[in-house]
Amino acid sequence: MKSANVATNNGELTIALAGNPNAGKTTLFNELTGLRQKVANYPGVTVERKEGNWTVGGKQARLIDLPGLYSVDATSIDEQIARDVLTGRVDGLPRPDAIVAVVDATNLERNLYLVTQLLELRIPTVVALTMIDEFERQKHEIDAKRFSKLLSAPAVAVTASKGRGIEELSAEVAKAVGGMPEIPPALRFEEDATNNSRIFGRYHFISDVVQGSVRHKDLEAHNLSEKVDKVLTHRIFGLLILASVLLVVFQTIFSWANIPMDLLEQGFGAFGDTVRGVMPDGILADLVVDGMIAGVGGVLVFLPQILLLFLFISLLEDSGYMARAAFLLDKLMSRVGLHGKTFLPLVSSFACAIPGIMAARTIENPKDRLVTILIAPFMSCSARLPVYTLMIATFFAGQTVLGFVSLGAVLMLAMYTLGIAAAIIVGFVLKKTVLRTSSAPFVMELPPYRLPNLRNVFQNMFLRAWLFIKRAGTVILSISIVLWALTAFPRTGPTYVHLGNGAVNPATAEVAAANEEFRKSEQIKHSFAGQLGHAIEPMIRPLGFDWKIGVGLIASFAAREVLVSTLSIIYNVGKDADEESDNLLTAIREAKRDDGGKVWTPLTALTLMVFFVFAMQCMSTVAVVRRETNSWIWAGFMVVYMTVVAYVAAFVTYQGGRLLGFE
Amino acid sequence: MLLSELEIGSQAKVVRVTGDDAVSKRLMEMGVVPGVVVRVVKTAPFGDPIQIRLRGYSLAIRRNEADTIEVIA
Repeated sequence: MKSANVATNNGELTIALAGNPNAGKTTLFNELTGLRQKVANYPGVTVERKEGNWTVGGKQARLIDLPGLYSVDATSIDEQIARDVLTGRVDGLPRPDAIVAVVDATNLERNLYLVTQLLELRIPTVVALTMIDEFERQKHEIDAKRFSKLLSAPAVAVTASKGRGIEELSAEVAKAVGGMPEIPPALRFEEDATNNSRIFGRYHFISDVVQGSVRHKDLEAHNLSEKVDKVLTHRIFGLLILASVLLVVFQTIFSWANIPMDLLEQGFGAFGDTVRGVMPDGILADLVVDGMIAGVGGVLVFLPQILLLFLFISLLEDSGYMARAAFLLDKLMSRVGLHGKTFLPLVSSFACAIPGIMAARTIENPKDRLVTILIAPFMSCSARLPVYTLMIATFFAGQTVLGFVSLGAVLMLAMYTLGIAAAIIVGFVLKKTVLRTSSAPFVMELPPYRLPNLRNVFQNMFLRAWLFIKRAGTVILSISIVLWALTAFPRTGPTYVHLGNGAVNPATAEVAAANEEFRKSEQIKHSFAGQLGHAIEPMIRPLGFDWKIGVGLIASFAAREVLVSTLSIIYNVGKDADEESDNLLTAIREAKRDDGGKVWTPLTALTLMVFFVFAMQCMSTVAVVRRETNSWIWAGFMVVYMTVVAYVAAFVTYQGGRLLGFE
Repeated sequence: MLLSELEIGSQAKVVRVTGDDAVSKRLMEMGVVPGVVVRVVKTAPFGDPIQIRLRGYSLAIRRNEADTIEVIA
């Protein structure tokens, strides 16, 4: 018989950490590994693979944190992965030498179900009993020796946050490694035993273990959570409290995050200026400043939003409130075929789709999660605001509907509503077609309320931020460079504004500045982006757009608000014009086509707004979708289908408007 | 009777979980097996899902799922 630890690399042990969700697994993992952790994905799937180093009996061990599981019978991707890890079928991971099974003592029976399955795998297993303080406060008593004997696995009571039981756990694991435990007789099933009979058999065994070792005073006497729930999931107060919680979260993300975001933006601007100051003028300086610093900086400004959203998500998850929010809202969401947990990612996406998409990881069902990711960018995010504002300020300012309602406000509301409607419809269609789930199972634990462990909360927050910077950052850097190159090549030689008599006089600062603006505008006209704009003009003409708007559409693939600065450059009014700048508004209103007709009409403006509601004009989102789905296919699918929807909607708006007699 | 027919606050013993699919398997894995006592705690504000309590913990399930659980008072 082969001993289990033969398969290890250079004598290093591999230990798997398994447990139910909410059993305190993360706290224990953090305590055992400290900050020596790394996160990757399992090959080909979205399940996150977290591991760290742990010293077991003086030896280095690789501690693999399995996803939170109720069972290792592969019904979900998480369970499939856990099973593969435990049976040594994941590339680069030897079969574990031992398993640490995290068991919440206050929820013993259900937690032990997973342990019975682990015992059936015949891998040395040590039970770490968590939440033991709470257990004792509830006046339960456990005879640990008898418990271990009946379960036929060593058990250690740990309080990870206080470091209690950690050394004992390490000693027990060191002792267990190398053994080949026998399966308890009650868990030896016939080969042809049905699933049901196995499940009944395991619970029967669990009852025997618990009855033989635990003295319950009264299981329900200390059920504090149910009392708290009387308010928090109350049919009226519950909803009001949820609304207030969401309000605080979004107020923070939408408005308070603006302070650090502005600082970051100014910081990157100043950094760019400094770099430009020290570098010799020319292509390299342009690449570094306009391409790399502006591109990456434009994405990193989202960092405060991401940090704050993840702070809230961690707090809400760890306290047990997130499950209640899903409980409260499931009915509403299920009407459109979605899950209660879809709500938070979608609402977060009004601030920014990036944290919203990252928040979708709280949805366990992979298909529901994918649907959520794919529809989240329809929520009108804050980067669309400058585009909406520019169009409204240019063509609809000061107009009212019914005499007193501002037309701008109505249009703004209409754009938000349009996005929500699209999300619901597309979500519904996806659920009925490619991402169909056989049934919509909703079996969700409502964990007891607990104080969040602040160390876990902050560690999670910074981990998410770091992953965002690292993974998305590399992709975004490359796309930024490509987009910059499209507008910067081929190079146009120095051109000068001819003043009146044609004399070139770059002597005065004013003229030099004008020359510089003119040069930039010429540059963009003849660049690849300009050529692309011309190339796509036949395609976008049915939407009422000319090649200049085409360049704007191409450049704003980097980020939607880039449309404003691109139009400013093209219309030669200076890059620093913003969406409220009068020069730009006038330039847009007066822009002429080659045949002398006006480029822009209120209808064109409305069409452009509709296009921006639906189009996937944000490379950061694409990069994050790639990272979260671990697939370029889904990221590409999203770009294509959103662009198609945007085109069709813009086409219908423009041509429909013309049929109705609008210009 | 079915678990979905139980009044709020009352409890009953599970007789069996009908249906042979991923949902019934998940319910049983979560401890909803014959013989276990289940109490209906409350329904969500819009009438669905419902919160049940068993084995010292709380579980939210939709009415569709509760329809598959046969109980005896």
